Amino acid sequence: MLSVNNLTKIYPGDVPALDRVSFDVPDGQFLAVIGLSGAGKSTLLRCINRLIEPTAGQIIWNGVEITSATEEELREIRRKIGMVFQNFNLVYRSKVITNVLAGRLGYINPAWSLINHFPHEDVQKALTQLERVGIADKAQARVDELSGGQQQRVGIARALMQDPQMILADEPVASLDPALAHSIMHYLEVINKEEGVTVICSLHFLDLVHRYADRVIALKEGQLVFEGRPEEIDDYRFKEIYGTDAERVG
Amino acid sequence: MKKKIPSAWKSIRLGIIILMTLVVFAYGFQVTKINLDEFRKESRQESRVRVIRALARPDILEYQQVETSVAAPLYIPCQTVESKNPSFDQSQPYILLIPACGAPGEYIQVEGFNFPPGLKGLVYFIPSPDPNDKLALQRGNVQTDHQGHFVYELQLPDRHSDQVQYLRVVVRQNVGHPHFSDAAIETWDKIIETLFLALLATTIGTLLAIPISFLAARNLMKDVKSSLTQISLMIIGLTLGIYFSMTIARWMRGIADLVRDDLTSTIIVAVFCGLASYNLFRYGFYKPENGKSFGVRVYLPQVAQICALLFTFQFLFLICQVGIQTGLTITPRLGNLAFLGNFITRFSDLINTSLPTIIALSGGAIMGGLSSYCGRRVSEKLPQKLLKWINFGFSIAAGVTICLIIGSAIGWLYEIQNETQIRLIPASIGALIGAMISLSTKPKEPLPIGLAIYSITRLVLNAVRSIEALIMAIVAVIWVGIGPFAGVLALGLHTIAALAKLYSEQVESILPGPLEAIKATGANRLQTIVYAVIPQIIPPYISFTMYRWDMNVRMSTIIGFAGGGGIGFLLIQNINLLNYRAASTQMLAIAIVVATMDYLSSWMRGKFV
Repeated sequence: MLSVNNLTKIYPGDVPALDRVSFDVPDGQFLAVIGLSGAGKSTLLRCINRLIEPTAGQIIWNGVEITSATEEELREIRRKIGMVFQNFNLVYRSKVITNVLAGRLGYINPAWSLINHFPHEDVQKALTQLERVGIADKAQARVDELSGGQQQRVGIARALMQDPQMILADEPVASLDPALAHSIMHYLEVINKEEGVTVICSLHFLDLVHRYADRVIALKEGQLVFEGRPEEIDDYRFKEIYGTDAERVG
Repeated sequence: MKKKIPSAWKSIRLGIIILMTLVVFAYGFQVTKINLDEFRKESRQESRVRVIRALARPDILEYQQVETSVAAPLYIPCQTVESKNPSFDQSQPYILLIPACGAPGEYIQVEGFNFPPGLKGLVYFIPSPDPNDKLALQRGNVQTDHQGHFVYELQLPDRHSDQVQYLRVVVRQNVGHPHFSDAAIETWDKIIETLFLALLATTIGTLLAIPISFLAARNLMKDVKSSLTQISLMIIGLTLGIYFSMTIARWMRGIADLVRDDLTSTIIVAVFCGLASYNLFRYGFYKPENGKSFGVRVYLPQVAQICALLFTFQFLFLICQVGIQTGLTITPRLGNLAFLGNFITRFSDLINTSLPTIIALSGGAIMGGLSSYCGRRVSEKLPQKLLKWINFGFSIAAGVTICLIIGSAIGWLYEIQNETQIRLIPASIGALIGAMISLSTKPKEPLPIGLAIYSITRLVLNAVRSIEALIMAIVAVIWVGIGPFAGVLALGLHTIAALAKLYSEQVESILPGPLEAIKATGANRLQTIVYAVIPQIIPPYISFTMYRWDMNVRMSTIIGFAGGGGIGFLLIQNINLLNYRAASTQMLAIAIVVATMDYLSSWMRGKFV
């Protein structure tokens, strides 16, 4: 169970990004985070694994307080949280398999990893994950030779390498075309449903939210404005979240 | 009305600007002494023509020459005894002087027969009764026709003598194939030296610039923050580590010296050390995946790693001895490949000499790392109040350490023997600074140590970069003597500073995404650099290294001006000796090499990036 209490982030120059956001996520839930661009979705996800240092508030995960963890404890926590990014954040000049293996960095002996040496079982595991996302044949290709959809699968394989108990997905399909979006979301769903991994996923498209999410929270200007099941978002709620000018699409 | 005022003001302003520009340039003329009087001078024009013509005929190829040289007696002025031409063998080359005597300033006709046809020759006057005297004064040129005949009008020089003097005509004929002149061969040797000078300087510069460039990259360093406890302990640990490892290095050298004279036992001990370090490393880096260890055993791998490192250094000391000995033994037997033996000796000696420094730095790094780790644990676990006092103590100790080092450096520089000045005063200043810092910060506040290191690195790099390699060469010549080694040091140092700056800018411009993603997997800082930063910077690094090599070749052609070896050394010598034809050869060689490098490096950069 992840519980976020009064999470606040103010960027340098008094730019508020999150304002006393509180919510709980039970283990195994698929939580969608919605809101306009700039509403604080990315900041929220990055505060959970402290890629961004929160200004105030508490995040407690399975009894461990993430917000006060020391550097070493934080690394132990991070390796159990997989992360998938909108821009994939892969190392484009490296091979696919190297990018996937990078997911093991928190586990393996640092000295060996510096000379690019991974245990045999990790390499096997990487190949298995690539097979799972359907691009096993691309293992030795360079990432920049892959299409966008394939790149995001590499990103998911990397997150899976961490044996995660939670996956943070920051608009994983926003830079893919809609046809591909479902296949990527499908992998997240499988991981969530079959392995019981908690997924917190920020999304733009409401139909994706309806299709995949168990629960939704909505952010508006850094504040939590909605929390509930996807079906509860009616036209009124929609305008409340996205502003009166917004039109529903899809 | 309102519009006219600004327009008038504009015109005035423009006028003032034009006037000011004129004044600036007028003063510039004055200061740079632009003056064509000297340019128009007769003597200038003559030497200009001479130098340009010499430069246009680089001394590259020459022929073996056969000299046809004929002398004839000559009286100045005419003697009472009738002077006439001796009789000649008519089948050999000979000259006739008509007449064979005269008053100074008179013209006589010199006629030559049977010389090699169609060649240029020189006429010398020999003011001596010996026709083979070394002193020969050149008087003019002759040109033989197709029959080997020439006629030359000679004005008799103002050289009175009762004795006979001689006139000599020398015609040189090329035979055989052209071959390279001495100047060309020398130039070739020095060009090779220049290229390797640039190669070594670039290699040294690149190797050292890479780690420095990470320290000078803002995006990597700005997140590095440590508490005061950690920083103070690290400073103390670093200093103690360096001190202790210098002692250890001395012991190790002692051990190596013990067995130095006996090659066999040196090799045996070296093999033992090598095996020991290999096995210890294997143990140290083997991580039991599932088995959990408790208590002291957790630290056993670390202890093993340190021991392994010690054995490695001892191994290196011994292997250097072996290298020096082997090199010395095999060099005389290698003949043309003697440079390989020499390389083994010199390289071993280089490692042997730099090992104590390497050991001291790694010892410092290990101790510093350990104490910084302890500092972090302490500042994480202990309560604020207790920590405040601990910080107070440690930061005073750290301040004292730094200031004592600075104090003894100053003491050494200015030869101060006074203990108070170099110990007590710095120590108290350091203590004061330490106390002030510890009182002005909160105990657990993370201090931006990364940014501090970044700023210091940048400052040092900028300072070093602002000193031209040519000036560094002058300093290097004082260190290691005139020669290419001084050039390598000077260029290498400049390369470090220049490349580190270029590299660090590349690090700053990498995509932040992968960095974030790798960090999110729980990787530590070093892993993040290896997996997210390095793959992104390899192409620009290669490109910059090539660019720098290209630049170093250009620099090394003139580093010899300051005594740094390479072709510049030869060039400045020939210019000073007014040997412009040889200088022209060297300039040509430089132009060819620089142009080729320019082309090659841009072609290779195009391939890589």
